[in-house]
Amino acid sequence: MAAIELHGVVKRFGPITAVDGLDLDVPEGICLGLLGPNGAGKSTTMRLLTGQALPDAGELRVLGHELPGDSKAARAEMGVVPQLDNLDVDVTVEDNLAVFARLYRVPDVGAAVDRALDLARLRERRRDAVDELSGGMRRRLLLARGLVHDPKLLLLDEPTVGLDPQIRTELWTLIDNLRSRGKTILMSTHYIEEAERLADEVALMTNGRIISRGRPAELIVEHAGRETAEIYAPPDRLAEARARAEAGGLRVRPAGPAIAVVGSERARDGSVPDDAVRRAASLEDVFVLLTGEEAE
Amino acid sequence: MSEKVSLGRLEPAAIGGVMSREVANFRTYWRGTTFSSVLEPIVYLLAFGLGLSATLIDDVDGLPYVEFVGTGMVATAVIFSSAMPAMFGTFVKHRFQNTYDAILAAPVDVEELVSAEMLWIGLRSSVYGCFPLLVTMAFGLDPKPAMLLVPIFCFVTALGFAGFGVTMAATVAKIDQFNYVTALFVTPLFLVSGAFFPIEGLPEGLQVIAQLNPLHQLVELVRGSAFGFESIDLVRLAGLIVFALVMWRLSINRMEARLID
Repeated sequence: MAAIELHGVVKRFGPITAVDGLDLDVPEGICLGLLGPNGAGKSTTMRLLTGQALPDAGELRVLGHELPGDSKAARAEMGVVPQLDNLDVDVTVEDNLAVFARLYRVPDVGAAVDRALDLARLRERRRDAVDELSGGMRRRLLLARGLVHDPKLLLLDEPTVGLDPQIRTELWTLIDNLRSRGKTILMSTHYIEEAERLADEVALMTNGRIISRGRPAELIVEHAGRETAEIYAPPDRLAEARARAEAGGLRVRPAGPAIAVVGSERARDGSVPDDAVRRAASLEDVFVLLTGEEAE
Repeated sequence: MSEKVSLGRLEPAAIGGVMSREVANFRTYWRGTTFSSVLEPIVYLLAFGLGLSATLIDDVDGLPYVEFVGTGMVATAVIFSSAMPAMFGTFVKHRFQNTYDAILAAPVDVEELVSAEMLWIGLRSSVYGCFPLLVTMAFGLDPKPAMLLVPIFCFVTALGFAGFGVTMAATVAKIDQFNYVTALFVTPLFLVSGAFFPIEGLPEGLQVIAQLNPLHQLVELVRGSAFGFESIDLVRLAGLIVFALVMWRLSINRMEARLID
């Protein structure tokens, strides 16, 4: 059984179509990275899955429960780690977890809190108020709160947005552990490295729909080839280089102050200048080519 | 397909879970809230009760003015410990703290969330509402067995005003718009409740409005418990129950529109 099944899902906010005929199946036991730029519809998709947004069309099933009618039953079996920190800051770490253990009807609240504290490595801080914790600890607590009831499915909405690299790496290790324990995870992100690092499969989302999906390595081979050549030059020379590469049948994408010629292993003489910096093709190349957005 | 889903079934465990969150937070700020809830009626009683009775008013309808005001102050304690926290607390939790997003990601529906918030505020107000009565006893009011009903009267009234507060929080666009609610509803309701002066002194039109004021019903019920009930008091209580039920459904309706896209 697929953990998540979305078919033809549409969600509009007035004149804006945030989700536009979305088809998405997430098999059990994998971590699917929902990768897309800001405004792609990722967070709206998450809200649809938790029943906090109602679709205008389409079918949704989560863990066998049809949404929105059976949303409550679905939510009982899934955990959510939100993008924004919505912990109760004046309340202790263990009380934050205990409240959610009760909300999820966990029979043994004390044991569930202890397990969650161990997962987040916050046992020694259990009696501290949340506002005494560092940013990284608060993020770990958010993750632990989403797991306090040992859910079958975990929704991570931009789990490391706004965090510094060290804390991000800490969170990745935690998420990786969950993945290796066989949890089904749907993780929305706009960080390429995060998707590459954590996801078994990546679904690229833009303008409210999935435009490509596969294992990161497969997506790279399919859309970007083996090699990418980056050209750094003044703007007029860049324009020339772009024209020559495109005339040679190669695809070119923006790369900050440079341009990147994707699939440069197929370049004929003169298509790519000799002083171009050649590197292995990456998921970032795929992301920018398919979405038209600069990556982070 | 975008119809709102209401399961029409309240799970006590869901309501209990939401209330446990309120209790956990209350443990961090109960001292300040309780202090003001005890001190304010004392200040009002000293100012209005003793101050006015020493200079201008001896008694009202045969009741010493301090006892008249003291029993009326129960209503002011209830509205200020129910409507105001419901308005501001709900708004802050929704808009700034994103608390409701976290709760609604769990198996809790909007109906359960709102019911829990109202129940918690009602229970708290039923305790705070009793403080003015206790303070008035210190100023000479005779305790009566019927006064044991006062927490129930306070609870029912507070439920209605909590629902009113949640409805307002789900309606206003910005927090400063609560100024309109306070000026147009809360302050007039508490001034024209009969807490400080009998409503019979008002122009007839205003008397009719005052009779529709839930706070006035509470004032009369509390005075009934202290000085003797009348048969109409059952109608007053029924009116408060209806007020609470109407506000409950209205607040759920408004919050669903606000919280579910």
